Amino acid sequence: MTFVGWLQIVLVFGLVLAAAAPLGAYMAKVYAGERTVLTPVLAPAERLLYRAAGVDPAREQGWLGYTLGMLVFNAAGFALLFSILRLQDILPLNPQGFGAVAPDLAFNTAVSFVTNTNWQNYSGESTLSHFSQMAGLTVQNFLSAATGLALAIAFVRAFSRSGATTVGHVFADITRSTLYILLPLALVTALVQVSLGTPQTLDGSVVLTTLEGGQQTLAMGPVASQIAIKQLGTNGGGFFNANAAHPFENPNALSNMLTIWQMLVVSTALVFAFGRLVGDRRQGRAILAVTGLLLVTAVGLCYLAESAGTPMLAAAGLDPAGGNMEGKEVRFGIAMSALFAAVTTGLSDGAVNAMHASFTPLGGMVPMVLIQLGEILPGGVGSGLYGMLVVAILAVFVAGLMVGRTPEYLGKKIEAKEVKMAMLAILVLPTAILGFSAVSAVIPAGLAGPGNGGPHGLSEILYAYSSAAGNNGSAFGSLSGNTPWYNTTLALAMLLGRFAFIVPVMAIAGSLVAKPKLAASSGTFPTHGPLFVGLLVGIILILGGLQFFPALALGPIAEHVQMQAGALY
Amino acid sequence: MSTKTVASVASSDLIGRAAIDAFKKLSPKTLAKNPVIFVTEVVAALVTLLFVRDLMTGNPVLFIGQITAWLWFTVLFANFAEAIAEGRGRAQADSLRTARTDTLAKRLLRADDRTLWSKGSALDLAVGDHVLVEAGDLIPGDGEIVEGIASVNEAAVTGESAPVIREAGGDRSGVTGGTTVLSDWIVVRITAAPGSSFLDRMIALVEGAERQKTPNEIALTILLVGLTLIFMIAVVTLSGLAAYSGAAVSVPILVALLVTLIPTTIGGLLSAIGIAGMDRLIRFNVMAMSGRAVEAAGDVDTLLLDKTGTITFGNRMAAEIIAMPGVAEAVAAEAALLASLSDDTAEGKSIVKLVAERYGVATPGTRPDGAAFIDFSAATRLSGVDIGARRIRKGAVDAVRRFVAKGRASVAEQPAFAQAVERIARSGGTPLGLAEDGRLLGVIHLKDVVKPDIKARFAELRRMGIRTVMVTGDNPVTAAAIASEAGVDDFIAEATPQDKLAYIRAEQAKGRLVAMCGDGTNDAPALAQADVGVAMQSGTQAAREAGNMVDLDSDPTKLIEIVGIGKQLLMTRGSLTTFSIANDVAKYFAIIPALFVTAIPELGVLNVMSLATPESAILSAVIFNALIIIGLIPLALRGVPYRAVDAASVLSRNLAVYGLGGLIVPFVGIKIIDMTIAALGLA
Repeated sequence: MTFVGWLQIVLVFGLVLAAAAPLGAYMAKVYAGERTVLTPVLAPAERLLYRAAGVDPAREQGWLGYTLGMLVFNAAGFALLFSILRLQDILPLNPQGFGAVAPDLAFNTAVSFVTNTNWQNYSGESTLSHFSQMAGLTVQNFLSAATGLALAIAFVRAFSRSGATTVGHVFADITRSTLYILLPLALVTALVQVSLGTPQTLDGSVVLTTLEGGQQTLAMGPVASQIAIKQLGTNGGGFFNANAAHPFENPNALSNMLTIWQMLVVSTALVFAFGRLVGDRRQGRAILAVTGLLLVTAVGLCYLAESAGTPMLAAAGLDPAGGNMEGKEVRFGIAMSALFAAVTTGLSDGAVNAMHASFTPLGGMVPMVLIQLGEILPGGVGSGLYGMLVVAILAVFVAGLMVGRTPEYLGKKIEAKEVKMAMLAILVLPTAILGFSAVSAVIPAGLAGPGNGGPHGLSEILYAYSSAAGNNGSAFGSLSGNTPWYNTTLALAMLLGRFAFIVPVMAIAGSLVAKPKLAASSGTFPTHGPLFVGLLVGIILILGGLQFFPALALGPIAEHVQMQAGALY
Repeated sequence: MSTKTVASVASSDLIGRAAIDAFKKLSPKTLAKNPVIFVTEVVAALVTLLFVRDLMTGNPVLFIGQITAWLWFTVLFANFAEAIAEGRGRAQADSLRTARTDTLAKRLLRADDRTLWSKGSALDLAVGDHVLVEAGDLIPGDGEIVEGIASVNEAAVTGESAPVIREAGGDRSGVTGGTTVLSDWIVVRITAAPGSSFLDRMIALVEGAERQKTPNEIALTILLVGLTLIFMIAVVTLSGLAAYSGAAVSVPILVALLVTLIPTTIGGLLSAIGIAGMDRLIRFNVMAMSGRAVEAAGDVDTLLLDKTGTITFGNRMAAEIIAMPGVAEAVAAEAALLASLSDDTAEGKSIVKLVAERYGVATPGTRPDGAAFIDFSAATRLSGVDIGARRIRKGAVDAVRRFVAKGRASVAEQPAFAQAVERIARSGGTPLGLAEDGRLLGVIHLKDVVKPDIKARFAELRRMGIRTVMVTGDNPVTAAAIASEAGVDDFIAEATPQDKLAYIRAEQAKGRLVAMCGDGTNDAPALAQADVGVAMQSGTQAAREAGNMVDLDSDPTKLIEIVGIGKQLLMTRGSLTTFSIANDVAKYFAIIPALFVTAIPELGVLNVMSLATPESAILSAVIFNALIIIGLIPLALRGVPYRAVDAASVLSRNLAVYGLGGLIVPFVGIKIIDMTIAALGLA
């Protein structure tokens, strides 16, 4: 680890915080329906959209109506994307003349983008037309992110309202998220990306002659517009197969910092907005502290493991100070690769600028664990916040009893209904991740996937289902996922991870919003101080650790201890 | 019923009976109510089958045999915890039952004629029947006195043998079946059908027969079921993942892992904690009609306390005597003394006491010769004494004024008198005028004396985040003065029952939980509205039915302790849950390396406790998991230590003890057990 490395890491986090605080204030205004700087410009467009869709944003919905509206909206999004992919050969903007996408791959891809996962079993530059990328994927990048934001805001309203029946209007929240937050940010940052060297063109590939005289095809397209929202919406699906390691997606150190900033900024700002919306900014800062503490630790561990390298690299005569550079881009280095890996999984982004499979076993375990902790650090746009709040509810329930009162969080009593729904939501990840992994680890169709044997192979399977169920989308190297078994089960894991989680979470919102908001007293369990931060950190680690420790012991931990003993896979 | 002595956690008798009950509770039908322990029983049965199979096929059985035994011990220990908590209540129930033996009732043929009655069994009485109860009779059922007055021994219910007066009308008209009339007679209208009387309910409560899970207990059970499911998923899928790694794990070992991970500790102790919480209240002589009420007591934000008897001593007492200008203090004091000599009220006595202590005027041993004492009457509102020509009076200020004015047609009142009266009234006291013949001697300051330790207790409550509200019939000026002296947060002056009800509703609308106590029929609506309504046993039947707790000692001060008991119950649950979950970390470090070390020897580095062998590691974790239940029974029954401090301090303390302790203790415990097992050569 180097000073300069840490300096870069601190710089990125500093830039994120600097932007997230005002952005959070702005978002709180947007969701409260207050006037903002952009209202004069965007309000007419907003009204036009409502009129076109026949929606009256003032007629708010209860949790069930909100959830059903969201499900219908997402189902329609899936149908649209699936059709575009299946029909891309006859749709316009297909300069390379790609054929229709295979049914299982189209299913997997459509699910992947609707659920904000962006798991990519295809290679973008050699499979998808410009139309599929722009009208298909990019649209879902916006809408799946807006869906997450809307749900999170509905959940926050459950805390800020007292004795109410409605949690908001789902279409209004999705529209506002897209129009007021994601579009302006994407527009501005895409232009910055273009200025840093990312292409934005409707032309097809360029064929050129290399210095050696050979022929090379350079794939191009509307890259900047897609990757801006890919990062801002924590989608992570790259234009190119190499994702953010590709020089067109991520040309230099500056663009690398920008993309990491883009990943973090909306989710972090949402935590600030949360504090404002529940009327106690300390609550937002406590959540932020939990996130910061765990994420920075994760970055540090990953950075440490990668800087330490492996005994094999040292034995091969490489300078141990160089660390493990396998699978990393020289223009980013170890610090920025470790930061990217931790951020992309602490969030549910899934973009990668280095190959996680080539990390050292422990370095690679960091992103895997971050996904398994529920991607709440700070998590995907929206999904991270409501995921974190569910864990906070459980933490408050267990520890809150210890102060001798029925536990309350943010003035709302946590009772049987909330605990039941929170446990249902919590069960989704281990069921999907461990269930599919265990089956894939024993059946031939599953065993055909991993590109390596031994514990590393197990890590590949485990990582794939973690990534899918966690709606992350990053991959652990050489798993061959484009098979009917993996296309189908990974899609199922994505659907479970997104929707099986959301429905009980929204049921909690419905139950909480109806409860009176209780006044806090010195007998109330305080949820804004260092004590609560420590408690929440402990619960996140223990809850996640208890679920996945056995599996991790057989995967990355076994690989690490065997590597120390000289065995490789 | 020796309710005041806190029995030791368990006598040997109790332990014996609980041990037998622990086996009886193995019935799956009973255990199904406790999902975590039920799962343990099911997997224990499964491993037993495998043990029998190994026994028949001649496989080595030392290890699987021990695992089987300890799995069953886990279930038995959990049952034992519940049985011992129930056993403590049963002894009390037995003593209560003796009071319920079939009594004879003198049922009146006509409600208004107490001479005509027929004798019959108390069990045949119906609600609305009128019965005559005479000296020496047991009162046949709960009811309301409609006629007569009697002294009643209520020891069967309250444990207090001093008789109490019960009479028709007013706030002391309720009687309880099973209590005895000592003197006189009463006619009682029966208000509870046989089998649903207060005594019956008490018996059911202490026995735990009517015990239903409370809301918080249900929520906690759901959490435990959820955790159990998570660990079932982790353990079942582990067989697949382990197979991939060539480290196939046998079923008994997977079961051992499962049972050590699921929250058996809190699962096994949860109902014992609940029963013990109710039991603590009963030992405190408070009957909670539901567990929900006990939980609500822990949540209370606002306490409505009656001024009289709770905040102040019941009676006003003389605090000073202000002599008028030109009147020697000793003269005024002597007059006050003489006027109060025959005054048997607490106020009169306090004047005598004050004069003796403060002004050094000794009480004459005999009554002054020729003294004619004038008793207080509602018409004159004066009392005093005539000694010869001296006519000394004390009484209400305006009455004294009239008494003085009568002597002389018109006399300008000294401004000092009005000033003194005004000052006393403003300070919350009651002024009593003192006069001799036509002359005003002074003003006696009667004062509500606030109990000496009450201010500190209110400060304590405030630290716990509980607001105290004083309820009084006094005027606002008086009320404000006493409120500030006692240090309550708010007061309701000139309180009517409607005021109380309105106040409770207003507090509840702000999201606060309210507790109050009351005894009169007019308290009933407020008692019913309050989240915790404690009715006095001495109160009316209506009040006792409206409240969700009954205080057998009729001591309103106990409201404060009831809140503490409620908090302690929740704290015990939370602390043991935290402890139980934190335990799992150590168990993982015991079992996971043991599972895989054969297939992947390098994983031995995870064996941080350096346990002897894989078998001893697994066995140690299972044994620790079972023994910790037994070890924690005393804590579950006694409750975690409770101190009245703010939530943040309670949390940091309990988190350190039960959270951090829960992480560390099993590392130590498992290591010790492992060393023992290795030394004994058991694995």
